[in-house]
Amino acid sequence: MSDAAAPDGDTQERQRAAWMAAAQGGDRRAYERVLAASVPLIRAAARRQGVVVDQLDDVVQETLLTVHRVRHTYDPSRSYDAWLSALASRRAIDALRSQGRRGSREVHDELAYDTHADADDATAAAEREQEAGRLREAIASLPPGQREAIEQLGLKERSLAEVSAETGRQTGALKVNLHRALKALRARFHGEP
Amino acid sequence: MAEPRLPESLIQSLGEQLTPVRRLPPAWLRTLGWLLAVAVIAAGLLMHYGAGPMMHRWSAAPDIAIAGVGAVITAVSAAWAAFTLGVPGRSWRWVWLPLPSLLLWVGASGLGCMRDWLGPTAHIAKFNEASDCLIFIISLSVPLSALLIWLLRRACPLRPVLAAIMIGLASAAASAALLEICHAFAVAATDLLTHAMAVAIVVLVNAVMGGRLLQPALK
Repeated sequence: MSDAAAPDGDTQERQRAAWMAAAQGGDRRAYERVLAASVPLIRAAARRQGVVVDQLDDVVQETLLTVHRVRHTYDPSRSYDAWLSALASRRAIDALRSQGRRGSREVHDELAYDTHADADDATAAAEREQEAGRLREAIASLPPGQREAIEQLGLKERSLAEVSAETGRQTGALKVNLHRALKALRARFHGEP
Repeated sequence: MAEPRLPESLIQSLGEQLTPVRRLPPAWLRTLGWLLAVAVIAAGLLMHYGAGPMMHRWSAAPDIAIAGVGAVITAVSAAWAAFTLGVPGRSWRWVWLPLPSLLLWVGASGLGCMRDWLGPTAHIAKFNEASDCLIFIISLSVPLSALLIWLLRRACPLRPVLAAIMIGLASAAASAALLEICHAFAVAATDLLTHAMAVAIVVLVNAVMGGRLLQPALK
């Protein structure tokens, strides 16, 4: 959204509400506009909950995916910002909880690192091989759509157009599958359930 | 400062997947839909038992009628609160909506109970009669709760346990109100205790299961 016009906050909020109402009817342009305008609001809501800068992008991504899934619950007669902030706050709390779980593990890892004897080259190679094996196993356990997206786009580094042409999937679906796959892998390797 | 690329690419891909959606109907309309099912059950019970015995008990002890009215209003307001809590951005304070009618229901029931203690002329519920009430309330609350959960399937309650407590309260209150139609005796201590136990069981089961049943969109 352009800042050039600089309309007041109330007008901006009404504009976002109108865009979302149009998006519910299938207006893609309005949808992309309201999502883009939502990013700073999501960041502000996440910061209010105490999310650190490094994690803001994760919260933005998760909130946008949630907005997409529950966009039918928005009532255009009510505040769009309140609706969005509630979803963003919830996703921020989820992120803080998962960070808390990760943090408790990382303390142990650090202690282990400090007290562990230096590994020789053979051991390091074996560990790398083990990690690669774990990654292959984690990718294999993903749902088919996500596995396909991460293998084709992430590992083989093929273009969206190529994969789309070959698999017949829409590029949008491929991108969302890639985001979800990365999230699942992150969760798995950071020790979340 | 430019926004990072990740949201831009995600926004574009979400835009590509956009399809028109059917908005969630307003909370009052969904409450009305659920009340229609309760009204159908009430009509069935009235056809079977008739309104006579209920009216007779009510004229003999008006506090029973007041308790019944309290239960009906509790059912309506708790269902309304449950549907409202299913919309992101709505205040969690909606949980207080059923409180006044809940106090009326519990207060009037307690008054009937005290009357029986002071002048026990009415028929006092025996253990097996009271346990019939327990079974009636619980067995009717199950389908009424299931219907509320089904009506909330497209909603997104950000506080699922509070929404589930409202569902439990609505279905238990509606069941207790429906029981008034075919209740064979006036409210007494044993019966009141059974009612309280039944309502507590229904609310508790809903609260425990709520988080799992009510947030498919956030998983």
